[in-house]
Amino acid sequence: MILSKILKNGFLILAACLVLTACATKKEVAAPDISGQMQGDTYTGTDTVNYLADGVPDRVFFATNESILTTASRETLRAQAAWLRKNSNFNVVLEGHADERGTREYNLALGERRANSAKDYLMTYGISSDRISVLSYGKERPVDAGSTPLAWSKNRRSVTVKAN
Amino acid sequence: MKKNFIFLFLIIIIPIKAFALIEVDITRGNLNPLPLAVSPLSIDDQSKKSFERILNKQNIGSEISIIVENNLRTSGLFNTLNKDAFLQAPDIANLKPRFEDWNLIKAQALITGKVTYVDEKLRVEFRLWDVLAAKEMMALAFTTVPSNWRRVGHIISDKVYKRLTGEKGYFDTRIIYVAEEGPKTQRKKRLAIMDQDGANNKFLTLGNELVLTPRFNPTSQMVTYLSYFKNLPRVYLLDIETGTQEVVGDFPGMTFAPRFSPDGKKIIMSFAKDGKSDIYTMDLENRLVEKITNHPSIDTSPSYSPNGKFIAFNSDRSGYQQIYIMRNNGTDVKRISFGNGIYGTPVWSPRGDLIAFTKLHKGKFYIGVMRTDGKGERLLTENYYQEAPSWSPNGRVLIFYRETKTNAKGEGFSAKLWSIDLTGYNERLVETETDASDPSWSSLLSN
Repeated sequence: MILSKILKNGFLILAACLVLTACATKKEVAAPDISGQMQGDTYTGTDTVNYLADGVPDRVFFATNESILTTASRETLRAQAAWLRKNSNFNVVLEGHADERGTREYNLALGERRANSAKDYLMTYGISSDRISVLSYGKERPVDAGSTPLAWSKNRRSVTVKAN
Repeated sequence: MKKNFIFLFLIIIIPIKAFALIEVDITRGNLNPLPLAVSPLSIDDQSKKSFERILNKQNIGSEISIIVENNLRTSGLFNTLNKDAFLQAPDIANLKPRFEDWNLIKAQALITGKVTYVDEKLRVEFRLWDVLAAKEMMALAFTTVPSNWRRVGHIISDKVYKRLTGEKGYFDTRIIYVAEEGPKTQRKKRLAIMDQDGANNKFLTLGNELVLTPRFNPTSQMVTYLSYFKNLPRVYLLDIETGTQEVVGDFPGMTFAPRFSPDGKKIIMSFAKDGKSDIYTMDLENRLVEKITNHPSIDTSPSYSPNGKFIAFNSDRSGYQQIYIMRNNGTDVKRISFGNGIYGTPVWSPRGDLIAFTKLHKGKFYIGVMRTDGKGERLLTENYYQEAPSWSPNGRVLIFYRETKTNAKGEGFSAKLWSIDLTGYNERLVETETDASDPSWSSLLSN
């Protein structure tokens, strides 16, 4: 039982490593080729994603100027909601972010709107609003310092962070 | 717009006859700046020694004249002549210039003066001369504490600027801004303040928490800004003189985008809740909070008209960020930006006739101005990224910040302050000790 779990985890980590190296090479070789990591202009890759638990990604991504959740984002948030239900001792902060291609003040509001979009979804899956707080960083804390559409797509995000 | 510039130059023509000879097409910017000689202020040996002891400056007369020269040159309206060409000694020139000597080096205006040490004070007198007409145009004297010597230089610059252009200057002013350091993904930000020419830079916060968008109160040395103290982004009020600060209002969420009303008695800002941002004001005397807009969209970056009757702001209620104006009670909301692209950060000119803005169109950022009805849009500068214009107190110059594009590895990021004339000319890097953003220009410190 335990062994199989370890093996499974090991496999997941290995898979993640493979994906990561694959992405890295792809970027180096052909910078404009981003088809593998973006759908429209929403980021679909995993190289900035952390995990709250096994199979529970910590963040969702948005299209330019948008706060609408994609199908993939909703799936991530349902996994987060399930995790939150199981771990009722944890509260979370939803940190909303924007890319660098917008004015600072508008981006602060946009980050707040994105985080709230995630919050609303978690609430519809039974998570009490008391357990969720929202914090917008606007464009102040990019994960990727690049000035490319791919970098911007990674930065347009809402990240669920354990608050305690 | 053109009318204004023509008017301005008519004023310049009147006091100096020589100007009638120069044809200045101000719509193309000032390509023929007025040749001006700033003679070093003369100083007697006794005073020189005293100031050397007090201020640690070898020749305070020269130092002050350098400030005047730099100010007038960076305004773009004056061509300050090289001192090496000056034929007359500073002390004699101040008594009675030999105009033919100054004429020879093509000076049309001349500034002379004298510095003395009187009763432990700095006494400065200066004169402005019309070289061709061989006449004195202005003579003034100030007495102040020696440590104020830089301000004396700025005040002289303002007086000369006003006498020659007919408009108030903007040299005896300060800039508050955000000093930036560190990698783009973990930027350390501190509030900083400096004189308009970059001198006397001072950091006002330590950088332990993120700070953004400081703005001056137009009537006092108060500043409002956004701080992430304890990870709660809120609008704060800071007294620069005493260093005391307080949170503005008691909002259960993020407040941001603060600015003062023109009388300095209110703060206008946005409050974000449940994914929408509305505009609020708080009266600083009775602490009453008033909700100004009420819309499911993002309403932010509010800025009052100079008479306080109207508010410009940006909203995405049409789908994208655009500029709107409304009455100060939130009624009569009207969209005014209809050009291609998205528009943000409207800032009302202190003259009242123009609104400066940031525009994003086809991947480029522009700083521009439009009339308050949205007509007469003029883009002053285009770049990879720039935003947040702030007006000089006389409404002739805009200061803003610009960020660079990083390379493929995400390196090479920088943020700098820049200024540009309303004409779209005289674009200049404003030197700062560190990287810088979010500049806000103070009112004139003295009138």
